[in-house]
Amino acid sequence: MTSNAFIAFQKNEETRCIVEAIVEDNPAAVVVDQPAMVKVDVPGRLVIKRATVEEKMGRDFDLQELQLHLITISGHLDESDDEFVLSWQR
Amino acid sequence: MDMKVAKKLGLKERYTMMTRDLAWDTTFQPMDKVFPQVGYEGIKIHDWDKWEDPFRLTMDAYWKYQAEKERKLYAILDAFNQNNGHLSVTDARYINVLKLFLGSTPPLELMAARGFSMVARQMVGAGPRVACMMQSVDEYRHFQTQIHSISNYNRFYNGLDEFAHQQSRMWYLSDGKSFFDDAITAGPFEFMVAIGFAFEYVLTNILFVPFISGAAYNGDMAAMTVGFSAQSDEARHMTLGLECIKFMLEQDPDNLPIVQRWIDKWTWRGTRKLASVGMMMDYMLPKRIMSFKEAWEIYFEQNGTALFTDLARYGIKVPKCFEQTIEEKEHITHQSWIGFYMKPDATPFHTWMPQPEELDWLSEKYPNTFDKYYRPVYEYWIEQEKAGNRFNNKTQPMNCQVCVSTIKFNEPGDPMEMCFRETEYKGEKFHFCSDHCKEIFEDEPEKYVQTFISSHAALQGKCEPEGTDVNAHDYRPGARMHAYWRMDKRASGDFNGSEDQKNFAKWRAQATRN
Amino acid sequence: MSMDLRTITIEPLRQTFGHLARRMGADKPASRYMEGTMDLQPVENYHYRPTWDPSHDIFDPTRTRVTMKDWYALKDPRQFFYGAWTLARGRMQETATADFDLAEEMGLAAGYPADGKAVVNQVLLPLRHVAWGSNINNSYIAAYSYGIAISQATAYACMDQLGIAQFITRLAISLDEIDALAEAKQAWLKAPAWQGLRHYIEDQMVMDDWFELFVAQNFALEGLLFPLIYDKLNDRLNAAHGPVMTLLTRFQREWYAENVKWVDAVLKAAAADNPANKALLGEWIRAARQRSIEVLTPVAELGFGAEGAAVLDEVVQQLDARAAKAGIPL
Repeated sequence: MTSNAFIAFQKNEETRCIVEAIVEDNPAAVVVDQPAMVKVDVPGRLVIKRATVEEKMGRDFDLQELQLHLITISGHLDESDDEFVLSWQR
Repeated sequence: MDMKVAKKLGLKERYTMMTRDLAWDTTFQPMDKVFPQVGYEGIKIHDWDKWEDPFRLTMDAYWKYQAEKERKLYAILDAFNQNNGHLSVTDARYINVLKLFLGSTPPLELMAARGFSMVARQMVGAGPRVACMMQSVDEYRHFQTQIHSISNYNRFYNGLDEFAHQQSRMWYLSDGKSFFDDAITAGPFEFMVAIGFAFEYVLTNILFVPFISGAAYNGDMAAMTVGFSAQSDEARHMTLGLECIKFMLEQDPDNLPIVQRWIDKWTWRGTRKLASVGMMMDYMLPKRIMSFKEAWEIYFEQNGTALFTDLARYGIKVPKCFEQTIEEKEHITHQSWIGFYMKPDATPFHTWMPQPEELDWLSEKYPNTFDKYYRPVYEYWIEQEKAGNRFNNKTQPMNCQVCVSTIKFNEPGDPMEMCFRETEYKGEKFHFCSDHCKEIFEDEPEKYVQTFISSHAALQGKCEPEGTDVNAHDYRPGARMHAYWRMDKRASGDFNGSEDQKNFAKWRAQATRN
Repeated sequence: MSMDLRTITIEPLRQTFGHLARRMGADKPASRYMEGTMDLQPVENYHYRPTWDPSHDIFDPTRTRVTMKDWYALKDPRQFFYGAWTLARGRMQETATADFDLAEEMGLAAGYPADGKAVVNQVLLPLRHVAWGSNINNSYIAAYSYGIAISQATAYACMDQLGIAQFITRLAISLDEIDALAEAKQAWLKAPAWQGLRHYIEDQMVMDDWFELFVAQNFALEGLLFPLIYDKLNDRLNAAHGPVMTLLTRFQREWYAENVKWVDAVLKAAAADNPANKALLGEWIRAARQRSIEVLTPVAELGFGAEGAAVLDEVVQQLDARAAKAGIPL
């Protein structure tokens, strides 16, 4: 069975766009709504693409801005200027 | 960083230049004198450059984002306090969650701050050093914002005022203190496994995610904001812990048995520590978000399985205690609440019997155990309370020599039997709550004979308030524990009839009518 | 049920926590600095002795020869708890970043005259390693000192020094002198002018007494180095090549002006506690000042040529005046 990689954010306008971008780039994503928080599970590998987030937000976005909203993650992290990847596959 | 520069240097290169390129191997002083602690635990590191930095925050970005978080957080705290936000919580029982939290958590965050400063000084590689020092100041942030968010509650409710004094004296805070004292007195690598990995990666989600969601659910905007804001740093901390494990395992095959022993030990120690968190979720939040059992399944079992499946390629096995914790998840919160309820004079927070619909909720969430083992106890005590005979156990508890919890958990496989182990070392007997704690002792007896157990120390005259004359003719050791704790009488006892309960009702009434 | 919680006035049961009321009276709320600092470090009932230092407790006042009746007298006059510190640094980095952007956009950085670049490459760039050394030394104090007042301020100083090392690195990137960073590192490791300073910093890395290290690193060495570079050398570069360098070293200058207030307040409080401290601090300062002068002389000569010694002497006067003001006779 493939393990889930996941990420959780505080709920706000910015993270609404981020979650939309994740859902678009990760077809297997499952979004779990909780009080004041939103969690996204993806089997194996979860990717956040800067370009997609920028498109959703209508502005430039630095992936390090994720720092402002993160609650928790699961998986090995690999971060570049363009992608933020959580993964249990190597 | 501006775009022109960013194009020239990628994130990884830029970060390398900004961190590990600053470091050099010393030559006027030998490296093993400059970094004296990295060898003695037996961990072998051949190439510190193999450390992978997961998050790559330079200080300008760190300050930018952290300042933004702090600005938001304090704006919300100020507004919450100005508007008497404390009266918007679901019910005054909720405030006891904050009392338990303030006593147990900020002092441990402080230990984490100091511990990560120590590891930051001792690690040879620039990568882990920078990540550890960043975590150290983050931990300062956490204990300070926690204190700041609860400070206003202290002005209106009892039992919060002496947390700083009680952190090293109060019996039930001893388990957390021993956990962090144990970690900080270990070497730098064991500290990283204990706090960076077992606590941050495997267990911290259980502490914070339900606590914060619980705060949100119960109308405590202050705690919710602080909690979520702190949690935004945790992702960084978790990746540091995981990276450290991988790094040790990749550096040398001889590291595997050492790391495995630490994982076994610290996962168990953390599990014991979390019993009181679970109790808070199941019993103390007036409006519950999920049961401890459910949280344990999501954040420990599922996430832990993903993690340990992944680490299997290095030869790491699931922690030895894993199966036992799965059995215990249906019991420990009930046993803990019963334990605290029995000692109404000995805690600066209130306890109470669950209300009928709360008993039903527990039955539903714990179908295998609650009605069979715990409901009957509560029903009996509720009867007794009605008859004016609220249960009050005045005897000294017996504590585990390793985790320092009171011995109260059941024998594996037999919920009706108390689990109890003992061993002899140098002619003296030591007692334990479990096989795991006994094994931890036997691995390092010289360390664990030192454990400070206040129920023992009090009888030896070591827990006396300042100015006690131990030579006085009527001196009895341990007779003045309340003074030693500086415990306000109003803060103890049952919630029903407490000053907090009355004041909250009175103040709320002022807000709803003229 | 609608509630108007704002309009009600309720009398608090108490104004502040017990440990703060015993310090400053029970009649007023405490500042966030006080709440986040005072009396928070454990002082008793430790469970275990450190396996890495069994002769001391986890937190132990005897890790320095300085003694204090109250370790929280070593307060930070800037009142930096984490929030105040990170907001202050957030503002400073914003200004500094804007300056870098401006200098880069207008071509002032890349177009900085070759003579000026040569001085920067030779004298300023190796200082990123000096800042790294200070970072290590402050992390020692943050780890093993006594009381949260001093441990938190040094933890922040440790991050500040990392930030400074990174701003110097960024300076090289802006000037389009990335390769010069490698040369500067070689100079730091090999060139005779830097070996005295490197030797001293490595000696500091093995000092036992954290307060002595505080004096050597934060008072003496930085007390000479920062004015020498960020005032004197900066003035000289500006006179020759226009004020660009002021923009590109703004963070360091602003930081130093603020940091000395804290360093001096710590020394003043320790000296005021008892005469033995005062004598000890005097002894430490004399030794560190002497060694700092020796190791900075070749650095001053790199920056100022034959006038190096005279310029260094001017900043030594400033340091002596600070010691006198802190009540420590030299």
